Amino acid sequence: MIHLYELYRAMMKPKNNMNNTETLTSWILACKVEDIPENGGACVLLEGEQVAIYNFKKRGEWYATQNLCPHKQQMALSRGMIGSTGDEPKVACPFHKKTFSLKSGACLSGDDYEIKTYAVKVEDNQVFVAF
Amino acid sequence: MKKKAVVVGNGMVGYKFCEKLVAKGGKEQFDIIVFGEEPRPAYDRVHLSAYFGEKTIEELTMAPLEWYAENQIQLHLSDPVTNIDREKKTINTHQGVSVNYDYLILATGSAPFVPPIPGVEKDGVFVYRTIEDLDMMKSHAAKSKIGAVIGGGLLGLEAAKALLDLGIKDTHVIEFAPRLMPRQIDQAGSDILKSKLSTLGIKIHCNKNTQEIDGGDTIEKMVFADGEILKVDMLVISAGIKPRDELAKIAGLEVGSRGGILVNNKLQTSDESIFAIGECALHEHMIYGLVAPGYEMADIVASEIVGNATKEFTGFDMSTKLKLIGVDVASFGNVFAEEPDCQTIIYENKTKGVYKRINISNDNKYLLGGILVGDAEQYNMLLQTVNNKLPIPADPEDLILGSRGGESSGESGVMSLPDDALICSCEAITKGQICHEVMENGNDTVDALKKSTKACTGCGGCTPMVKDLIQSILKTQGKVVRNILCEHFEYTRQELLSLVKIKALKTYDDVLEDLGCGDGCETCKPAVSSILASLWNENVLEKGRLTAQDSNDRFLANIQRGGTYSVVPRIPGGEITPEKLIVIGEVAQKYGLYTKITGGQRIDLFGAHVGDLPAIWKLLIEAGFESGQAYGKSLRTVKSCVGTTWCRFGVQDAVSFAIEVENRYKGLRSPHKLKSAVSGCIRECAEAQSKDFGIIATEKGWNLYVCGNGGSKPRHAELLATDVSSEMCLKLIDRFLMFYIKTAEPLQRTAPWLDKMEGGLAYLKSVVLDDALGLNAQFEADMDSLVDTYKCEWKEAVETPEIRKRFVHFVNAPEEKDPTVKFETLREQIKAEDWNAVLK
Ligand SMILES: Cc1cc2nc3c(=O)[nH]c(=O)nc-3n(C[C@H](O)[C@H](O)[C@H](O)COP(=O)(O)OP(=O)(O)OC[C@H]3O[C@@H](n4cnc5c(N)ncnc54)[C@H](O)[C@@H]3O)c2cc1C
Ligand code: SF4
Ligand code: SF4
Ligand code: FES
Repeated sequence: MIHLYELYRAMMKPKNNMNNTETLTSWILACKVEDIPENGGACVLLEGEQVAIYNFKKRGEWYATQNLCPHKQQMALSRGMIGSTGDEPKVACPFHKKTFSLKSGACLSGDDYEIKTYAVKVEDNQVFVAF
Repeated sequence: MKKKAVVVGNGMVGYKFCEKLVAKGGKEQFDIIVFGEEPRPAYDRVHLSAYFGEKTIEELTMAPLEWYAENQIQLHLSDPVTNIDREKKTINTHQGVSVNYDYLILATGSAPFVPPIPGVEKDGVFVYRTIEDLDMMKSHAAKSKIGAVIGGGLLGLEAAKALLDLGIKDTHVIEFAPRLMPRQIDQAGSDILKSKLSTLGIKIHCNKNTQEIDGGDTIEKMVFADGEILKVDMLVISAGIKPRDELAKIAGLEVGSRGGILVNNKLQTSDESIFAIGECALHEHMIYGLVAPGYEMADIVASEIVGNATKEFTGFDMSTKLKLIGVDVASFGNVFAEEPDCQTIIYENKTKGVYKRINISNDNKYLLGGILVGDAEQYNMLLQTVNNKLPIPADPEDLILGSRGGESSGESGVMSLPDDALICSCEAITKGQICHEVMENGNDTVDALKKSTKACTGCGGCTPMVKDLIQSILKTQGKVVRNILCEHFEYTRQELLSLVKIKALKTYDDVLEDLGCGDGCETCKPAVSSILASLWNENVLEKGRLTAQDSNDRFLANIQRGGTYSVVPRIPGGEITPEKLIVIGEVAQKYGLYTKITGGQRIDLFGAHVGDLPAIWKLLIEAGFESGQAYGKSLRTVKSCVGTTWCRFGVQDAVSFAIEVENRYKGLRSPHKLKSAVSGCIRECAEAQSKDFGIIATEKGWNLYVCGNGGSKPRHAELLATDVSSEMCLKLIDRFLMFYIKTAEPLQRTAPWLDKMEGGLAYLKSVVLDDALGLNAQFEADMDSLVDTYKCEWKEAVETPEIRKRFVHFVNAPEEKDPTVKFETLREQIKAEDWNAVLK
């Protein structure tokens, strides 16, 4: 039996039919649109790294960040609630509800942490992350 | 021609002097010229440590350069005054500026005192007073692992906090005296503070005398008089302050033998045109090392030179409340008064790290002073009680312990203070002024008051009291203080609940669309989800409700350290058959789970991977278990004792009733979790009086208690009804719970809900027992419909593929488990890896 996971791995190579403007990163297929719940997040494994992808349907936007919460090093951000402060989209870690901007990765609840963010695009029901 | 007022020093007090002078119309009378030695305009030294954390230098700056320009104040930075010619009334500066003055105000502050220990000149040894000091520490800290601070006073502990903030995990505080903060607290207080700080990773060494700082160019170790040695990479010296009186000395002004510029009650030095204010001034043998007295001095001198002197400086209350590394420390009034001059009352709780001491006059009438460590919530009120000589309760210990039982002592709190009670001591704002602002000018938020009066802008210690005051004033005006949910909903929870019900909204998105704005957040999502569940009782994970749930509800399990989940099947009343016990054991074995009996008489299985949850629950459900809702803000457990079934004292069948109660309310979602218990007689073995609703058997039926809780602030439940039948008891609980669900704030448990209720227990009784609102029939019907629509959430999740497929860690590799999850072994079971140990 071949794992779905291995299939994804095989498909992860950047496609050349996408006009990729970024030079350092390449678009990697992460998952299908329905894998990520609406107005929430889920985690994908990309080249050994855990990446949280969020389908912010309310805003018609997609975001991706590292899955690791820098506070207590927990792989949890994909399970957090998303929302906004003013116009800034954010995710709240399930552990201690520290919040992070989905745009800049800055911690919005007063600490000095920062998380990595990645660009996301959706084509043909497939979600790609600039990695 | 205008006269000239020249200010030497642009620190906190020098700046405040300018501000006060401008406010008193001084710029019409004077040319104001300021010289500052530091390269930047005055900044908030009190919150200096915040420079490493949340604040930028702009935020710490007292007023921007434009402010000085707008007020025609000439500000010379990086230009210290080097000489005063008192004959010619002229000063000279380092950069060669020469100005004459009519009044000269010295606000030169102080410098850290550095004891003459051999080696203090080495690299890696710092003092802690200016932004430059901080910048230098920052770059050195990057290559340091172990840090130390000499001095365990206020500033030393601030410096230790700074080291922690700089990422130095191994931080030591070296204090020469036998205790920390010797000026503010006593030995017992210091001991508590010490053990609290130790738990935060700061190692405290009292009674330690540093003899030498050793190393090459850079510090390597400290050698102490007792022969011990401590290896360190950096050291901050914070051994006290030394007033900057060197300029005054050159000018031949009188200075104290141990430093400080001598001043009289007008803050005049020995030359009547020259004043000294702030930390450089020596008044009646005292140097005041805090901002509030410095601000008072600035105010007095500003009034004096504009020709409007109203008061003199006659000493200052040195009461302080500080948060040191997260630990509250406060001292007020006469701290060190001792028996037989007074009576002292001491409360000490070593496990909680709380120490409180109050000194009471021998006639039992007045509070003289005291110390609070670990919990300083009562500080403001106690300080007011001292300063205004307010009468104290007959049992003075109520002051620190709160009134326990008996009738509460009538009107207390902020509104009972006299109008001239000083609320904000940094800015000298009285209660009367705040009342005026709130009532006449409508400044009814802390931010508005900050703008209009500057209250709360100094040390910030008065903020809680100002908040209380605003609320109380608004209340007396009959204005309701609305606790709106968050920025996305302009409604209180109660209003929102009614609207959602009337409009029959069923999902979070519909509620946001119809009644809110923006995108929602982690505050309103769970609150609205809870309202929806309380109203409609539909599965929380369906119809897009999944991601509006708090994360625990989203996975129907409690997230634990390391990111695994715990599984808690319902065991009503704590009664379980051997067969079911075996199933729990088998499931735990199969999935390698840690098992523990909970405080609520059930069994918790820890360490489940998110992907294993549905399979685990499938097995449990097949054996007849249901979800225990331990993850939800909902009914948790109904504990019971064995009652008449086995116990020789029992008067009713507590277990059967507990099971009936638990099965009735299981799955009920509410503003916060609900706990209950049933005891079989007045011996109360099930601890029903510490529950949200507790039932105790009597010869004739049941006594119902409500609004108790355990937790960090335990509360005894109140007796609601006596000797009621089982049927009546359930009716009363139905009404009580529905009333609570409909009117409480988000995350407000029943005890604080009752505390905040206008009319308190009497009102609650009138609603639940006498139907004062005429809603009881409705309450009972609502509860019946919730009971009828109950479904086990886990059963639905396991049986619904759509829901079940969300229980994976990687959506692109569903069978893969989170590889970062690591367990250790403890007493033959697993335990989560310590998350402090895995920190990089
Ligand atoms: C880390 C830290 C934490 C603190 N925490 C608290 C607290 O929680 N609560 C509290 O009440 N207080 C606290 N303090 C104390 C408070 O900061 C001081 O009381 C206050 O800053 C004193 O103000 P000042 O204007 O007298 O002195 P400073 O703020 O020191 O200002 C004096 C200024 O004069 C300048 N100067 C000196 N000589 C000359 C000269 N010849 N020519 C020109 N300029 C000159 C100096 O460079 C300096 O800029 C804290 C202090 C520190 C360092
Ligand atoms: S509360 Fe009464 S009935 Fe229940 S176990 Fe205790 S003594 Fe027995
Ligand atoms: S008391 Fe604290 S540590 Fe213990 S279970 Fe409750 S929250 Fe966790
Ligand atoms: S682990 Fe994320 S907030 Fe604490």
